[in-house]
Amino acid sequence: MSELFKGKPASRRAFLHGSVAAAAGALTASAARAGAPDPLITEAQPWAQGWGDPVDAAPYGMPIKFESDVVRRTVEWLTADLTSSINFTPMHALDGTITPQGCAFERHHSGAIELRKEDYRLMINGLVDRPLVFTYADLERFPRENHVYFCECAANTGMEWAGAQLNGAQFTHGMIHNMEYTGVTLRTLLEEAGLDAAGDLSDKWVFVEGADASSNGRSIPMEKALDDVLVAFKANGEALRKEHGYPVRLVVPGWEGNLWVKWLRRIEVTDAAVESREETSKYTDTLADGTSRKWTWVMDAKSIITSPSPQAPITHGSGPLVISGLAWSGHGAITRVDVSKDGGKSWQTARLAREPGSKALTRFYLDTTWDGEEMLLQARAMDETGYVQPTKAQLREVRGENSIYHNNCIQTWWVRPDGEAENVEVS
Amino acid sequence: MSKYLEIALIAGLQVGLTTSASTAEDYGLGREALPEEIEAWDVNIMPDGRGLPEGSGDVWTGEEAFGMYCASCHGDFAEGVGNWPSLAGGQGTLDRADPVKTVGSYWPYLSTVWDYVNRSMPYGYAQSLSADEVYAITAYILYSNGIVEDVFTLSHENFDEVEMPNADGFIVDDRAETEYPDWRRDPCMEDCKDAVEVTMRAAVLDVTPADDESSGAD
Repeated sequence: MSELFKGKPASRRAFLHGSVAAAAGALTASAARAGAPDPLITEAQPWAQGWGDPVDAAPYGMPIKFESDVVRRTVEWLTADLTSSINFTPMHALDGTITPQGCAFERHHSGAIELRKEDYRLMINGLVDRPLVFTYADLERFPRENHVYFCECAANTGMEWAGAQLNGAQFTHGMIHNMEYTGVTLRTLLEEAGLDAAGDLSDKWVFVEGADASSNGRSIPMEKALDDVLVAFKANGEALRKEHGYPVRLVVPGWEGNLWVKWLRRIEVTDAAVESREETSKYTDTLADGTSRKWTWVMDAKSIITSPSPQAPITHGSGPLVISGLAWSGHGAITRVDVSKDGGKSWQTARLAREPGSKALTRFYLDTTWDGEEMLLQARAMDETGYVQPTKAQLREVRGENSIYHNNCIQTWWVRPDGEAENVEVS
Repeated sequence: MSKYLEIALIAGLQVGLTTSASTAEDYGLGREALPEEIEAWDVNIMPDGRGLPEGSGDVWTGEEAFGMYCASCHGDFAEGVGNWPSLAGGQGTLDRADPVKTVGSYWPYLSTVWDYVNRSMPYGYAQSLSADEVYAITAYILYSNGIVEDVFTLSHENFDEVEMPNADGFIVDDRAETEYPDWRRDPCMEDCKDAVEVTMRAAVLDVTPADDESSGAD
């Protein structure tokens, strides 16, 4: 495709995993005072002389090949089979807040199905005045809304309950993505079917299920269904990807990802929770005494430093350093993020990149100077309800180590003088 | 402040709930769902057994069906194969490290078993079992857990007589009482602890996939 460019650029990956310290030394030296003239400047480079790709070389573009390491990755030992499994967003290599669909984590219970818009049907039944069937084209005729929300799997960070286990933000925190959704409110569709038949709505539920073999049915209380739930058909401006529920998925802002039913095919108004497999045997949180919490829908406030982190070491030596990360809360907007370099002894308040959205990822930065000494980096999020992200010790004190789900603990990265970082626990 | 906010939120939701139906605008979109269509898709079973079709199946018929449709993943005795879920055993382990969560040790409702087997199993060939087969397989899973005797026959008529061992093992989310009051406080900024030591390292455990392993996207 781009033959002209062959040969020159070094692989970013080889760079990162080669002799990082030596490379870093060279880079800082060249930045501080120029030695020999830089041939990248003094010599005409092929990309400055010949042609690049014509338009239409890629009718739908993919990231440039130098970014080929920025991909979803799975952890094979976690699950029995990749059709009922999960992979992780490469958050260590992303910035801003919007997750590109192509690298946004996937979670399937029986594989990502291919369902054409023409074959799509959405049924609303149960305690409604008129049970209805909508086509995809019908959905496009209702008033639409746009909202940015994070979708976090309840099991995100779940492997870390018993101790520091996976070495990378992608693996410890990558079961999350954040997209701008376009869709119709669930309230609009429920009202179209009519809720008079349901009577008192305060004790009613909606049961939602997908068109795939797992169907992944979940019960959602009517209060939430009428509040901010979306029936979405676009994400980040384009059609949903197959792996995220094309053509239509549910968006349940601030609540655990398992409720965001993909390939949404049916919504039933019921007088009780169905107590399906996904809300009894899974997505329930076992406490130390053996009892388990159910209906733990809300994702509490959480944050993670994405860089530096084990997969994104410091390669530039001491001097100016941007510490960057993400914060979010299922209760609303993030109000503050503090960063500690000493494992939680002292904290500095980070800068939020822009006005935080409700139930959406917020990017934070701490623009600082690194003295080249080791750091125990932590971030701590606060949300508009005053909730402060807890330590792992605080969580364990209440819940024990068997909860699997809803681990929103403060994470620690141990950064060494050579810039490498490791997932650790601290006292 | 937090309590106030929660009360305000609940009040807001209740206003929403009461006004929604009366102010609804009817767009006249979609069409009526036909009874045959609802019957085809509305197959979920409620905890009290509502939705169960008529039918029955005994443990021994269930053992045969389980061997044919389920055992390759879940084992002949529902004990689980490799990383696939075990459906039997584990009673008394929920308060220990690494609890074994099975139908017998964990699942609070029998309706969930019937519903899931009927709706989503066998894995890769869902919704292919007859109602009687689902009753029989459910009976066998109960038997594997020592919940029923080998002569047991499960049917829509005796479904609500089965007692699940962990039926009382669940509480509704109580974070608002047990966690939020303590964690909605101004956090410490300086001199928050005397000393910090690394107590556990992920590199020591070494279970992270190497760079060239499992780039899952393709």
